[in-house]
Amino acid sequence: MLTSKTFLKKTKRGNILKIVREHYLRDDIGCGSRICKKCAIINENAILDDKLSSSISKAYVNPHYLIVDTNVVLHQIDVLEEDVLINVIILQTVLEEVKHRSTSIYKRLNDIINNPNRKFYVFVNEHHKDTYIEREPGETANNRNDRAIRVAAKWYDEHLFENQRNISLKKVIRIVLLTGDTDNKEKATQDGIFAASVEDYIYCLKDSKGIEDKLSKQEISYNEDSKEIFPCHLTPVQIHEGIKTGKLLHGSFQASKENFLEGQVNVEGYEKSILIQGYIELNRAVHGDIVALELLPEEQWSAPSEIVLQDDEVDNEEQIVESEIIKPKTVKEKTPTGKIVGIIRRKWRQYCGILQDNILQNSTRHIFVPAEKTIPKIRIETRQAATLIQQRIIVAIDSWSRYSRYPSGHFVRALGKIGDKETENEVLLLEHDVPHSRFSDKVLSYLPKLPWIISDEKVLNNINMFMNCLKQIAKRTDLRHINVCSVDPPGCTDIDDALHCNLLSNGNYEVGVHIADVSHFIKSGTALDEEAALRATTVYLLDKRIDMVPELLSSNLCSLKANEDRFAFSCIWEVTSHAEIVQINFCKSIIRSRAALTYEEAQLIIDDKKQTTVLAESLRNLNNLAKILKKKRIENGALVLASPEIRFYLDSETHDPIEVQAKQIRETNSMVEEFMLLANISVAEKIYEEFPEYAILRRHPCPPPSNFEPLIKAANYLGFEMDTSSNKNLARSLDAAQKKDNPYFNTILRILATRCMLQAVYFNSGMVTKDDFYHYGLAASIYTHFTSPIRRYADILVHRLLAACINADPTYPELLNKKKMNDICHNLNYRNRMAQYAGRASVALHTHMFFREKVQDEEGYILFVRKNALQILIPKYGLEGTLYLAPVKGGEQYVNFIYNEENHTQSYKEIVFHTFDPVIVQLSLDSSNIQHEKLIFKLVKPYIHNFSVPSVKQDTEKSQSNLNLSASEKRKEGDAFSFKSSSKKKKKMSKQ
Amino acid sequence: MDLVSSQGLRIDGRRPNELRKIRCKLGVFSQPEGSAYLEQGNTKVLAAVYGPHQTKGSRSKAIHDAAIVNCQYSMATFSTNERKRRPRGDLKSTEMTLHLKQAMQASIKTDLYPYSQIDIYLEVLQADGGNYCACVNAATLALIDAGIPLKEYVIACSASLGNGDVPLIDVSHLEETMGGSNLTVAVLPLSGQIAVLEMSQKFHIDHLPVVLNEALNGCRRIYEILDEYVKTHLNEIGTIAGWAKSDF
Repeated sequence: MLTSKTFLKKTKRGNILKIVREHYLRDDIGCGSRICKKCAIINENAILDDKLSSSISKAYVNPHYLIVDTNVVLHQIDVLEEDVLINVIILQTVLEEVKHRSTSIYKRLNDIINNPNRKFYVFVNEHHKDTYIEREPGETANNRNDRAIRVAAKWYDEHLFENQRNISLKKVIRIVLLTGDTDNKEKATQDGIFAASVEDYIYCLKDSKGIEDKLSKQEISYNEDSKEIFPCHLTPVQIHEGIKTGKLLHGSFQASKENFLEGQVNVEGYEKSILIQGYIELNRAVHGDIVALELLPEEQWSAPSEIVLQDDEVDNEEQIVESEIIKPKTVKEKTPTGKIVGIIRRKWRQYCGILQDNILQNSTRHIFVPAEKTIPKIRIETRQAATLIQQRIIVAIDSWSRYSRYPSGHFVRALGKIGDKETENEVLLLEHDVPHSRFSDKVLSYLPKLPWIISDEKVLNNINMFMNCLKQIAKRTDLRHINVCSVDPPGCTDIDDALHCNLLSNGNYEVGVHIADVSHFIKSGTALDEEAALRATTVYLLDKRIDMVPELLSSNLCSLKANEDRFAFSCIWEVTSHAEIVQINFCKSIIRSRAALTYEEAQLIIDDKKQTTVLAESLRNLNNLAKILKKKRIENGALVLASPEIRFYLDSETHDPIEVQAKQIRETNSMVEEFMLLANISVAEKIYEEFPEYAILRRHPCPPPSNFEPLIKAANYLGFEMDTSSNKNLARSLDAAQKKDNPYFNTILRILATRCMLQAVYFNSGMVTKDDFYHYGLAASIYTHFTSPIRRYADILVHRLLAACINADPTYPELLNKKKMNDICHNLNYRNRMAQYAGRASVALHTHMFFREKVQDEEGYILFVRKNALQILIPKYGLEGTLYLAPVKGGEQYVNFIYNEENHTQSYKEIVFHTFDPVIVQLSLDSSNIQHEKLIFKLVKPYIHNFSVPSVKQDTEKSQSNLNLSASEKRKEGDAFSFKSSSKKKKKMSKQ
Repeated sequence: MDLVSSQGLRIDGRRPNELRKIRCKLGVFSQPEGSAYLEQGNTKVLAAVYGPHQTKGSRSKAIHDAAIVNCQYSMATFSTNERKRRPRGDLKSTEMTLHLKQAMQASIKTDLYPYSQIDIYLEVLQADGGNYCACVNAATLALIDAGIPLKEYVIACSASLGNGDVPLIDVSHLEETMGGSNLTVAVLPLSGQIAVLEMSQKFHIDHLPVVLNEALNGCRRIYEILDEYVKTHLNEIGTIAGWAKSDF
């Protein structure tokens, strides 16, 4: 059965090695076609149809299977994803090459292959005795692979023919080779194989509507004499040489959000990232690409221009003039500047956006404007422009020629009408890479069957089941007799924590935190578990929740609802009245929550001295203990930071925002928070003690001193000293910085401080030294996430670890695999970050909707002073925006502000703007750019002639009051429930 | 890179439960009492057996009721990608020697040769993973060639895990370096007794039985192949001597 063959391979690793590997050729690889009788026994999963409709193509009369070459897969994956193409053979040669060249496309190809409806068959030609070929002397690897593809195609053709000897020639199933290479196509035709380019094939399809647009255009011919816009990129070899000799640097390119002619590259070994300025210097780099760059000589170094610049130009090839590159004339602090000379790896993906209006109605060439400001406009060809112009669409970049100002790409799919809430949400989710499709049937199959009742029997059964795995078992403790209650924001359906507190006979308190036992339902290795690990977190948008686990679990079986028996993971402490822990006990339990309270209700119960029920007493005790805990924590150096948070009141039916309010924080918020922190820390200690190598923990690195510069400068100006040497000192100086005449000042400072912080991250304790476990924000030497398993995957892992610690569950291999856990942590961190951004974007979206057709005056504070603008924060809405001081392009300038770089001030005559100064601004929504509706800030007070606008109240007082009335009436109808997106953030650990 | 592709083939084209091609030859040298050459894929090993003979060196080493089994493992300078001088007695080969000794002692009926010594020399000509296994198997063949009484064959086979849960047997060098933990087991395949069991790293308790079982299956298959070779070999020798033809 085995024929052995060895092949030689040379690799360079300093010196040349000769590597000999075995390569077995087999005779038991099936062709995968149902028509084939020869392969019938060895065809494991014959998937290619035996009966094909013979006439899907105008060019090929015969029914046929398709074979594609590597370039077709790499460039036309969007076309392959179309359901029209079925019965395709993917050769192993192609699969390997794709895997090598692009992981993302490889993944997408695999998804197609795994979909049985698409009938994609992988033929392992490299190990088939008849289709394996050796590389000939002088043949390049590419040519060899092309030949291998042709040989396989030829083999298939003959192999299939043998099976259909007595069928009329016209009905014989043939092979059509799709290739992007003309040379390859020619050679294939010579061999007697049908070969075509994808374009030709698709155009000949009888049902090709819509697919044509998805064809990727690799080469758009440009006239010889058309002007070269960009210099050539260096070849990979040159780049490699350059990097090796140190002449070139490499890193990932980050385009500036504010200025499309600016970007920076983070290079390893350089403290500051390297600045790239100007069109030519950027040289076709797209946000995220790994680029090679050359450092400019020091006299050409520049500083980031503090200017906000958008690419508003109508597409015009010749009009890229130097004048656009606005370099700051007076450079105060030079940063290393460079220019990009080559692209090491493109990180292109699909982008959301809209079509730009085209002057020519019937043209098929259009410009696509991505929603992300860091991505350049993209040229696409489509015939459906008339319908697409109204819609949000997705486009992929194919190439960027030297002669073109913009990259060229192709249309992928449409999302829906612009301005539609559904569409906008979809865009938001896509932009932030949030997996949000509905749960697949496979995932749902792992859910428990309803009705799901806990009986004593069930508890026993569970134990029996575990018995098989482990002899010692901690029994699920029955805690249904304890008065447990949950405190959450209003409208919360995924209740994952509940609390209780009893006074013990010795004067100590028994405090319990009960967390939903999600790991009981989500067993490792199931599709449900994999899906949850991928999603990593529940994403809260203002009007929508993207669940991490199916709703049956999140809002029912795992949710610790009032008066329902639920499985929980309990963490029970005995604490003294000074909140000192005497002992800790962890156990899996059954609880029955007595009440699901909101923060407000809980607060009322605590404050209402007449209530003396057990629940009220235990809430009061908890509250008192929490206060002590908080005090201790702050003494330890924990930071109290602030971020502007608001709450929307939505119309119950349309879900349109009716009113915005800054959020209130009650004592009970902090009460819940304290106990969650306590539980997290206790669990972190426990799992680290038991699994020093494999614990999943969370750390918040200490920010580098340079991060604090803006904070120190801003505070200095008002005469406050910020000591940022440690978190404790920072907390103290933040507390000290109070201004009587400006009560919001302290909050602004805290907002600024928040921005100096680094992101907190999950990590594997085996990968980081103990000293780096520190959580800066909470001043905890060790920390993890345990308390929200319904909405965070990290907590599920921690639950499993803790369950293993107390012998409640056995471990499983992946849990104790450092590398795997590290990969999962990376994914968790990435998804968390994205979820946070998505949440913010959702708030922004709603803010815009709120201000639609509204003009309002609001009080605000200056957060930053920039060269041509003021950054303003409006506390009432937690809103931040830019007040432009320089006129918009083309506008006339009446008022010249003078910018003082030293003190960061802008002044006009006697009026000076400093950081923290209060101003009154007028807000209105500018919808001229439908893709980026933006809030326009205009100055009302202090009044500057020819610059400020009159207050709304003065001229439209009457109509405004009418408006107010109708708004307040509406509010009564709309239920004022706030959504978790904002409220969950209240719990600080979710933020850190 | 995945050790097992989604089509169920390993990098070199084998299926997870397939051995590499085994070829062997008995009686390759005339000087020693017994010798054998064995190939398992690209791993190639020579084995030579001297003895049983009187113990060499000090007499005090001799055991009154058994033979001493003395093993020596070495690798040729040209056995790997990079040419490298490999002195005897370094940590790796000493360890290998001890493990070999343990496996061979389990099989040889040492009690038949009191006060004597059996020397087994092993030389790896080409290394491509599973050196220990090839050595044990080659040593068994050489002992058979030498006519030393054995309880039964002692056979070794390695196994590992691909893609986290697929047990692979007869692991090649590439798979050894790319994959996770490796398990090597030497058994007496007929009685199923394990003489040596070694793991390069930890296995999770869930995986160990699966991998071990697969390795044992591998040993049984290697046993069948080797046994076939031995029989043919004996038949050839017998034909020359004239006794194989006679009917019993």
